[in-house]
Amino acid sequence: MTQAGAPLSFSKQRPFGHTLRRDAWWLQSLLTAMGLGAFIIYSTWAAFQGEHYHLGGYISPFYSPELFGDSPHSFFGPQPSWWPSFLPFSPALLILWAPGGFRFTCYYYRGAYYKAFWADPPACAVGEPRKGYLGENSFPLIIQNIHRYFLYLALIFLAFLAYDVWAAMWFVNPTTGASELGLGVGTLVLATNVVLLSCYAFGCHSARHLFGGMLDLISRHPLRKKAYDCSSCLNRKHMMFAWLSLFSVGFSDIYVRLCSMGIWHDWRLF
Amino acid sequence: MANATFRVWRGNKEAGDFVDYNAEVSEGMVVLDAIHQIQAKQANDMAVRWNCKAGKCGSCSAEINGMPKLMCMTRLNQLDLSKPVTVEPLHAFPKIKDLVTDVSWNFRVKKKIKKFKPRAPDAADGTWRMDQQDIDRVQEFRKCIECFLCQDVCHVLRDHSKHEEFIGPRFLVHVAALEMHPLDTESRTEELKTAHGIGFCNITKCCTKVCPENITITDNAIIPLKERVVDEFYDPLTKLARFLSPKKEK
Repeated sequence: MTQAGAPLSFSKQRPFGHTLRRDAWWLQSLLTAMGLGAFIIYSTWAAFQGEHYHLGGYISPFYSPELFGDSPHSFFGPQPSWWPSFLPFSPALLILWAPGGFRFTCYYYRGAYYKAFWADPPACAVGEPRKGYLGENSFPLIIQNIHRYFLYLALIFLAFLAYDVWAAMWFVNPTTGASELGLGVGTLVLATNVVLLSCYAFGCHSARHLFGGMLDLISRHPLRKKAYDCSSCLNRKHMMFAWLSLFSVGFSDIYVRLCSMGIWHDWRLF
Repeated sequence: MANATFRVWRGNKEAGDFVDYNAEVSEGMVVLDAIHQIQAKQANDMAVRWNCKAGKCGSCSAEINGMPKLMCMTRLNQLDLSKPVTVEPLHAFPKIKDLVTDVSWNFRVKKKIKKFKPRAPDAADGTWRMDQQDIDRVQEFRKCIECFLCQDVCHVLRDHSKHEEFIGPRFLVHVAALEMHPLDTESRTEELKTAHGIGFCNITKCCTKVCPENITITDNAIIPLKERVVDEFYDPLTKLARFLSPKKEK
């Protein structure tokens, strides 16, 4: 802002970490860094494995939708011949960029990882490590504005994951060899995962905007008003759903993987 | 009666330092009471801005133990009085004397925001009709008391002094109140992207945390405005849909 009169003399920037706060201001950023860091390491490891990602009707959400792969869940058959031989192949590598991009550009996660990984700022009212600041006003972080396109992709993924829950309700009878409807602990794990992911995606700030937030006269659009209200309701717990869905995705993969490896046994409820 | 130490910043725009004062503490006291006691008994020349003592005028903003708060709304029983309580002026604005800062920059910023421009009256008597559902959203923003705690805690202003390029959370709330108003016909998205610098906000939510009126600044004002900027400048699909839409409606 330009101004009349003498220029304002603002206080000097305080050094990195300087604060008079007495609370454990570092704790939230530390927990965020640990949580996100652990998920990134595990999901990267799991994505490169390329095995033990399915068991019967179950498929790990890291690998769904399986475009190409060796499991019965694959839509287009095994590893494509055009895949470069020098690159390791895993069905997860073909798809994980989309949900990963959705979370990376999510408004909640942005605020969280700017603090936790970039100390920008380390916490509210705590000194920063650098003087220059561009924010999301210019390259590269201006790219974060692509978030709603990742939302569109995330909604498509949700449809596939919901189908996976349906597929996880069918079990092969070992005596007759016929498929029969049933419910296993794995079915519940995958179903819980879809519910939590839906709460996260439909409560996303971009979804809220597209449902009705962009309208100033929303009373003229009763259906969109209902969708906006539902999205706003989920949005108030967006941080909670962001973390719960992150844990549920990771746990779903662990569950399917350990069952597939024979370490855990999947209990059939009926 | 118990005693507590208050470490108060004393000085002017050139220099200053913290000075310790002991104050008698009784039940129900707030930080502003202690500051008034110190001013009356030990430091008659201490400058402090205050008015309503009820959290509604936004005058007594300061940093208490490092966090921006209203002195009149910070009860002493919420603080650890076994250690000195630090009280300092807002960091994001130029100091004048002791706890008083020059917040006039905010008023100059406000003048630059496009004013409310209502549509033509709905009735012959020059009045309008609004649906409560349409006005609900902006009523939250009208709670703002302009204490400027959100401006103070915002690292874009506080640490990076982007006062020339960024209007800060308080005025993004103000723009949201105008932009989302069902009667308003003005568009401010171009300014939001350029002169108002909304892209500088990196969603730390510190402004929401310190708001004494509990306005959900980030989620309900800033992010919806960011989304409107995306509609206008970064989303060709939305632009195309609007172009093809037969009815141009807000």
